[in-house]
Amino acid sequence: MSLIFFDFARRNLQRNLFRSLLAIVGIVIGVLAISSLGILGNSLTLSVTESLSTVGDSLTVIPHSGTGSQFGGAIVQDKITERQVQDLRRVAGTNPVIPLYSTADRIEVGSENGVISIYAMNPEDMPSLVTVERGIYIRGNGGVLAGPRAADEFNLKVGSQIRFANGDTQRVVGILEERGIGFDIQPDFALIVPSRWYEDRNDEKGYDQVIIKVSDIDEVDAIEKAIDDRFNRRETVLDTFSSREILSSIQDVFGQISTFTTAIGGISLVVAGISILNVMMMSVTERTKEIGILRSIGTLRREVRQMFIYEALMLGLIGSVLGGLLSFAGGFLISLLVLQTTEYLFDPSSLSSIALGMGFGIVTALASGLYPAWKASNLNPIEALRYE
Amino acid sequence: METVTAAEGVEPVLLRFDEVSKVYPLPAGDVTALDRISLTVERGEFIAIMGPSGSGKTTLLNLIGCLDVPSSGRLVINGRDVAELSDDELTYLRRDTIGFIFQHFNLIPLLSVLENVEYPLILKCRDRSGCGQTPQMALQAAGLDDERLYTHKPNELSGGQQQRVAIARALVNDPSLLLCDEPTGNLDQKTGKAIMDLLTEMNRNGKTIIMVTHDIGISEYATRQVRIVDGRISEDTA
Repeated sequence: MSLIFFDFARRNLQRNLFRSLLAIVGIVIGVLAISSLGILGNSLTLSVTESLSTVGDSLTVIPHSGTGSQFGGAIVQDKITERQVQDLRRVAGTNPVIPLYSTADRIEVGSENGVISIYAMNPEDMPSLVTVERGIYIRGNGGVLAGPRAADEFNLKVGSQIRFANGDTQRVVGILEERGIGFDIQPDFALIVPSRWYEDRNDEKGYDQVIIKVSDIDEVDAIEKAIDDRFNRRETVLDTFSSREILSSIQDVFGQISTFTTAIGGISLVVAGISILNVMMMSVTERTKEIGILRSIGTLRREVRQMFIYEALMLGLIGSVLGGLLSFAGGFLISLLVLQTTEYLFDPSSLSSIALGMGFGIVTALASGLYPAWKASNLNPIEALRYE
Repeated sequence: METVTAAEGVEPVLLRFDEVSKVYPLPAGDVTALDRISLTVERGEFIAIMGPSGSGKTTLLNLIGCLDVPSSGRLVINGRDVAELSDDELTYLRRDTIGFIFQHFNLIPLLSVLENVEYPLILKCRDRSGCGQTPQMALQAAGLDDERLYTHKPNELSGGQQQRVAIARALVNDPSLLLCDEPTGNLDQKTGKAIMDLLTEMNRNGKTIIMVTHDIGISEYATRQVRIVDGRISEDTA
């Protein structure tokens, strides 16, 4: 039944082919804008996430600041004790647990001197946190690893001698590879020393930080929860944060950027919708007499409405399909030019940008057709028949 | 085409105007187009409605065609009071009971000859089955035998051929009433006569015809003449 109205809609679009094509071009541009900006934003998020997560997933445990203040400051815990580290090892299972001291000291290297961050840890744990680029890892109780930016600043080389504030000296045995911003420690502008050596010279009650390297990313939440259950049941003793949490907040930011660019694309679709509205209104005016005839020989209001809605729907469908195809091609090109890779284009979340763009295209066209359709169906048949 | 006659036990009165008025409210004051008209049309009649421009004959035709409803009074068509009908029901009444024939033919330019005639049939039967009726049958009944014409668009046909297509379209749903608005107004005399002969034949086959015209020659094809002046019936030969 409705086939005849579908047919009417199709023939009318063909009758005004040029006008219909212009309206379709509008939708194509709108869908293209939404989809390709969506793909670009999404590919960006994916590529950033991927480069960040190569750092690996680690859980950082630090003492909860201000603990015990409700007891008048009687128990102030700002270190992690050896006993707590043993408990953390039990909770972490086979995942490596790395306790470390984090401090800063004034150093002298030849004529240079300044303040620098120092991490002290068991030499056995060092390879799992940092990579030596030149020289060797620390063996035993002596030697220093220098971060690449610290090395630049103090003109450090393998073999350079460092004098600490208390007069002790150590030699640099290795220069580290640049690591960039990490979620656990920032070794680029720091020195790494053996913990035994550090403990001998300082009266430490506990560690400043414990890093748990989690090999299976899905275990992170479970370990975090286990730590919470064990240490923080009565009051918060330890704070944990995972690189995954930080990663997800970064993903959120990029997700928002992606949404924003998609919304900009949406504006062009609104323009396309207005052009469809315009085309349809012209069509209603031009076909007033025809609508009058159709109504007089027994066409219902809703059937007239149907006819016009089909017309809008067809414009939307054709425009969206063309737009979707072009978006895929466009996304391919933009990804290739901006990100130098197209692997993210075939990710389901990128493809869903195309689906989103097409969906919005169809909905926009349909919404633009509603008013003209309503107007056409409410024409007075007598006046419509008299219209020339 | 099925013929409905009083002999078959159907109500002989097809439509009845009972003190019907139509008033158009205008900013400059109300205009009374029809003033308390009473008129009864029986099945099988062929009526010509005549009158000068602005006399109200078009308003009368619009009311009969269910395109408009009375301001006051009662108008019963095929046993139904039009004042009680919804817009959809009025549309169904137009589709199934009334066949319109216009002065300007009013064919749909997007559709071919055959499709124009088929259109009301699809509206009624909800598909292309045609409820046993075919557009070809209606076209032949309207005197358009040349099937090569069926695929043409209306504007490729002569005026007389277009009016035959319009008559076929009006006939295809087997309506009780054919409503003609100046059916020969756009045709030359010879073609006009042929169309009137066709309408006369339809009437002999049992169709009730109400025709608006201001041509006295044409009105003589009808069996009853109703003259309207200033919204009132001034003469009725019944």
